[in-house]
Amino acid sequence: MSTEARKPPAQIALKIRRVLGGKTGWNGIAVQLVFAAILGWIGYEIVSNARANLENQHIAAGFGFLRNNAGFDVNQTLISYTGSDTFLRVFVVGLLNTLVVSVVGIVFATVIGFIVALCRLSPNWLLSRIGEIYVEIIRNLPVLFQILFWYLAVLAALPNPRQSISLFGIAFVSNRGLVIPRPIGESGFEAFLAVLVFGIVASLSLRFYARRALFQRGQVIRIWPYMLGLLFGLPLVTMLVSGLPFTFELPQLKGFNFAGGSRVIPEFVALTLALSTYTAAFIAEIVRAGILSVHKGQMEAGASLGLSRGSTLRLIVVPQAMRVIVPPLTNQYLNLTKNSSLAVAIGYPDLVSVWAGTSLSQTGQAIEIIAMTMGVYLLISLLTSAIMSVYGWRVSRSLGA
Amino acid sequence: MKRVTLALTLALAAGLTAQAADAQTLKTIKDRGTLSCGVSQGLPGFSSPDDKGNWTGLDVDVCRAIAAAIFNDPTKVKYVPTSAKDRFTALQSGEIDVLSRNTTWTISRDTSLGANFTGVTYYDGQGFMVKKSLKVNSALELNSASVCVQTGTTTEQNLADYFKANNMKYEVIAFGTNDETVKAYEAGRCDVFTTDQSGLYSNRLKLANPGDHMVLPEIISKEPLGPMVRHGDDQWFDIVKWTLFALVTTEELGITSKNVDEKSKMENPELKRVLGTDGNFGEQLGLTKDWVVRIVKATGNYGEVFDRNVGSGSPLGIARGLNNLWNKGGLQYAPPIR
Repeated sequence: MSTEARKPPAQIALKIRRVLGGKTGWNGIAVQLVFAAILGWIGYEIVSNARANLENQHIAAGFGFLRNNAGFDVNQTLISYTGSDTFLRVFVVGLLNTLVVSVVGIVFATVIGFIVALCRLSPNWLLSRIGEIYVEIIRNLPVLFQILFWYLAVLAALPNPRQSISLFGIAFVSNRGLVIPRPIGESGFEAFLAVLVFGIVASLSLRFYARRALFQRGQVIRIWPYMLGLLFGLPLVTMLVSGLPFTFELPQLKGFNFAGGSRVIPEFVALTLALSTYTAAFIAEIVRAGILSVHKGQMEAGASLGLSRGSTLRLIVVPQAMRVIVPPLTNQYLNLTKNSSLAVAIGYPDLVSVWAGTSLSQTGQAIEIIAMTMGVYLLISLLTSAIMSVYGWRVSRSLGA
Repeated sequence: MKRVTLALTLALAAGLTAQAADAQTLKTIKDRGTLSCGVSQGLPGFSSPDDKGNWTGLDVDVCRAIAAAIFNDPTKVKYVPTSAKDRFTALQSGEIDVLSRNTTWTISRDTSLGANFTGVTYYDGQGFMVKKSLKVNSALELNSASVCVQTGTTTEQNLADYFKANNMKYEVIAFGTNDETVKAYEAGRCDVFTTDQSGLYSNRLKLANPGDHMVLPEIISKEPLGPMVRHGDDQWFDIVKWTLFALVTTEELGITSKNVDEKSKMENPELKRVLGTDGNFGEQLGLTKDWVVRIVKATGNYGEVFDRNVGSGSPLGIARGLNNLWNKGGLQYAPPIR
C-alpha cells in the first residue's frame, strides 16, 4: 500500500489565516468580527442616542460655537487675546497655558528629583536624611492641598503692589506677581538674532566635530575658547556695529498695578512650585531605584580608575540607570501634565479652567467641550510618551543593549 | 470638580434615555418621594447649610414651597449643591428636578441649554466690593485693578463689557467656586471682588472684618435671578412657575403663614379661589385644591421669605427695592389666579 504525502494547503490561504486569525485560526476571526461589531454598535448607539436626546431637549449641539465671541477675559495669555476673540482662540490660550506650566514643571521636577535622589544616596548622613524627609513628606500629602498651600503661602508672604519689594528698581515682587522689564526690539534686532542663531549652530557643530575626533581618533580638541567667541564675542561685535538690539521697558506703579514690563502671575508660580516639588518626590525615588539597580561593582570600577564620585555617577552609573529610569519617569511626566488641571482651584487659567470651565458654562455645550478637552489631554500624553519612548530607545541603543 | 463635570457629561451623553423620554417629572418625584433641588455651594441668604446641615435661604424656600405643594411637607427635598459651571449639566442630565440657584435669566441660557426659566425670584444687578483702605468711591476709579470673579457666571462677561465700554484696563482672576474667590480677595490677590450685589452683601459676612469692605454704588448689569426646569415637561414648568406666583399673590392679598387658616374661612371670592375653597386650579396643575395653603404654611408669602432670608429680618439686611410688590414700587407681579 503506497502512501501519498498529504498535499499542503495553498500558501495564500495559510497566509491570510495567519494574518487575520492570529494563532486561533478561522474561529478567532469570527469571534473578533462579532466583538468588533458589538463595539461598533454600542458606540453608534451612544452617539445617536445622545444626539437624539439633545435634539429633543433643544440643547444646542455642534461645533459652530467655536466661531462665536467669547466675551470674557483671561489673566495670562501667551498669544494676544481680548474678550472679543472667538472661543477657538480661548481654547488655544488655555492649551498654551497648560503646556507652559507642564513643560516648566517637568523641567524643574526632573532637576529637583535628580538632586534629591543623589542626596538620598549620598554617604553624607545629613544630606541623605534631608532627602528622605523631603520624599516622605511631599509624596504623602495630596497635591491639591500642596497647590493651595503654596498659593496661599506665597500670597500671604507678599506685600500689596504699593509696598512691593523692589529689586534694584527694575523688577518688583508683590502679591500681583513678579514684574520684570520687557525687552522691546529695536532696529538692530534682526541682525542680532541672526548672529546669535548662527553662533549657536556653529558651536553645536563644533562640539559634534570635537566629540567625533575624541571617540574615533582619541584626539582631544580644546573648543571652549572658540565657542565663547561665537556665542558672546560675535553678538557683541554686531551690537557695536548696528546699535543696541533692544531696549527695556521698565515697569512703573500706576494706580493699582504696575504698567509696562512683563509679569509672572503668582498663580503660575504657585502651580509650578507645587507640581514640580510634588512630582520631584516620585522622580527622586525612581532615580534612586535606577541608580541602585546598577551593580555596585561599576562604582568601584570607576573609583579604581581614579574617577571622582561625581564623574563616576555622571559617566558610568547614570547612563546605565537611565534604561530603568525612563519608563516610570514618563509616567510621572504624564501625571504632572494631568495634575496641572487642578489649576482651577487657584485661578490659573489653564485648559480645564478657561475651556472646560468658563467656556462650557457660557455655551452650555458640555459634550463637545469635554470631548475636545479629553482629546487634547490624550494627545499631549501620547506625544510625551512617544518622545520618551524615542529617548529610551536611544539610551538602550547607546548602551548596546 | 473636573470629575463631577465629566461624570455629568457622560451621564448626559449615554444615560439620558430614561430622562429624555420621560416627561413626567411630577410622577417621578412622587414615586421617588423627594424633590431633587439644585442649590449653590453656600451663599448665605440664598442657599447655605447651617451648622446642623439644614439648608436655608431664599432659593431654598423656593424648593421647600414646591415640595410643600406636592407632598404637603416642605422637608421632602434633597438638596444638591452645584458649582456655577456644573449647574446646567446637572439639570440637563436629570440629576436635579429644578435648579434654584441664584441663576441669571439670559436669552442664551433660555434658548440653548434645553431649559426654561420659570420666573424671577430676585431682581439683582452686578456690583463691586473693595477694601475701604483703597479709598475708591466709584467703579469708574478702578482702572488697572485686579478683579476676582467666579468662573462660569454672567458676571465674567459683564465685567469684560463694563471695563471695555469705560476704556479701563483690568486683570481678571477667575476661580472655580465662590469660596475660593472670596479667599483670594481676602488674601489680597485682587483689589476688587465682583458678583451680583446681593452676593456681595452675603459674601461680606464671610470675611474676617466685614466692616473693612464696602460695596460700590454702581450696578453694571441686570441680573434677574430665578429657577430653571428642563424642556419637555410643560406640566412641571407650570407647577414651578405658579408656585412662585402663589408666593407673590399671597403677599399681595395679605395672606401669611400665621393667618392663612383664618383667611381661608373668609367669604371673599378672591381669597376662596386662591386658597382652593372655590374652584380646582390646583388640580388642573396636577396638585391638590389647597396647594396655595400648603405653600404658605410651609414658607410664608414672598415678603416673609424675603425678610427672613435676605431682608430686614436677616444679617444681610437688604432693602426690598426692585423686589417689592408692583403696587409698592417694585417689580414683583403675579398673573391672577382665576
